[in-house]
Amino acid sequence: MRTAYDVAATVVDPELPVLTLADLGVLRSVTDIDGVVEVAITPTYSGCPAMAAMRDDLVRVLTAAGHHEVRVRVDLSPPWSTDWISERGRAALAAAGISPPGPASQTVGPVPLTLTARPRDLRCPRCGAPAGAGLVSEFGPTACTALYRCPACAEPFEHVKEL
Amino acid sequence: MSRTSDSRDQVRDHDRDQVRDRVPDSARDHDSVYDGLLGTDPTHWAFGTGFEDPLAGVDTRVASGVDPRELGALCRGLGDDALVLAHRLSQWCSRAPDLETDIAVSNIALDLLGQARLLLTRAAAADPALVPEVPGSPAPAEDLLAYFREADMFGSSRLAALGNADFAQLVVRLLLWSAQRLAVLTDLTDHADGVVAAVAAKGVREVTYHRDWSARWVLVLAGGTPESRLRLEDALAAVWPSYGDLLERHPEAAAGVEDVVTHVLLSAGVERPHVVVGADVDDDLPALLADLQSVARAHPLGVW
Repeated sequence: MRTAYDVAATVVDPELPVLTLADLGVLRSVTDIDGVVEVAITPTYSGCPAMAAMRDDLVRVLTAAGHHEVRVRVDLSPPWSTDWISERGRAALAAAGISPPGPASQTVGPVPLTLTARPRDLRCPRCGAPAGAGLVSEFGPTACTALYRCPACAEPFEHVKEL
Repeated sequence: MSRTSDSRDQVRDHDRDQVRDRVPDSARDHDSVYDGLLGTDPTHWAFGTGFEDPLAGVDTRVASGVDPRELGALCRGLGDDALVLAHRLSQWCSRAPDLETDIAVSNIALDLLGQARLLLTRAAAADPALVPEVPGSPAPAEDLLAYFREADMFGSSRLAALGNADFAQLVVRLLLWSAQRLAVLTDLTDHADGVVAAVAAKGVREVTYHRDWSARWVLVLAGGTPESRLRLEDALAAVWPSYGDLLERHPEAAAGVEDVVTHVLLSAGVERPHVVVGADVDDDLPALLADLQSVARAHPLGVW
């Protein structure tokens, strides 16, 4: 029987199926004590509609692999950050035409207001040209992406925004 | 038909067969336009339509030293304010000036709805007396709080309930509201209740994007056309009377909110409105609730 972690690590994100929950950084820990598997996950956004699907998928996949007692715990703290997306996850995003996030800014205390969009240092996932100036909207088709249009090839693409 | 297109058709048929193999039996009888959307996992069909306890699997015990009633009141106020504004923003869906703006407003509404669900669920767990009794209802506590309380039981701000007007009013309202929300959530990140602290830490990151979005739109409207600037000034004058009520709700955050709002108005080159802050404001909440609650109240024993 494969270890509980190895099984849990195969579950993919319902909104970004190119990423596993492990590569997304949503899978926080998996413990297997005397056959009782406890999985800890953390939501990406407060309103993320995919949490229930993630929970169900973990229970289903682990049960199918022979782990009969599975509990899924939700850890709200520390809050999820795009910094937790693995290198493999970033490569998978880019290969799927989605621009991976840059480093998130971690502030302590009052958050500074930014009245002009900070240009991101990113490249078009389709043609490879620098595309940081192509921001169309900070809010894309899912809660976690911003919308860009490449200034070089004019193709639209999504960028996973830093959080 | 040429040989090349023949083999291409075979490849397509093969791909389709593979996709169909992953579709549940019940869906396999017909080709569905959604087949390609299933990704790798057929159970993701219509995911996100379940409305289960948003705090399922979270440790929700109230720590010693935290007064459950105070905690309940805090969460109710913050949850109601987010719920009410999320509803107003949702009413913009399909009505914004362009598609990107429409999606942005819907995204912001979704973030706030997520915060509202967590906070109302927390309020109900901390102080069950807050939850209205609806005999026989299968609805979870968050829904009972949202759908079965009268307006006078809500802890939301006048600003959040204010009826929608034009896009400028949306932008001004969201700037004032999110400036305060961000200040309040920042303060709450070290709250003694672990759930509140965690919801606040997550919310800070989300509302940072909301505040920046609305502040940037204030600059765009101020520096756009004479019409957009006029609309902005009218919106400021229309929204300003509700600003006082907003600030009074969290006096500890008022100075920080004022700094941000003043900075945005100065950057935009528009004056603070000459309207009395805290003037008598119409309460638009009863009308909003009539819309928000109508379906749930028509079917109090309904199962979603």
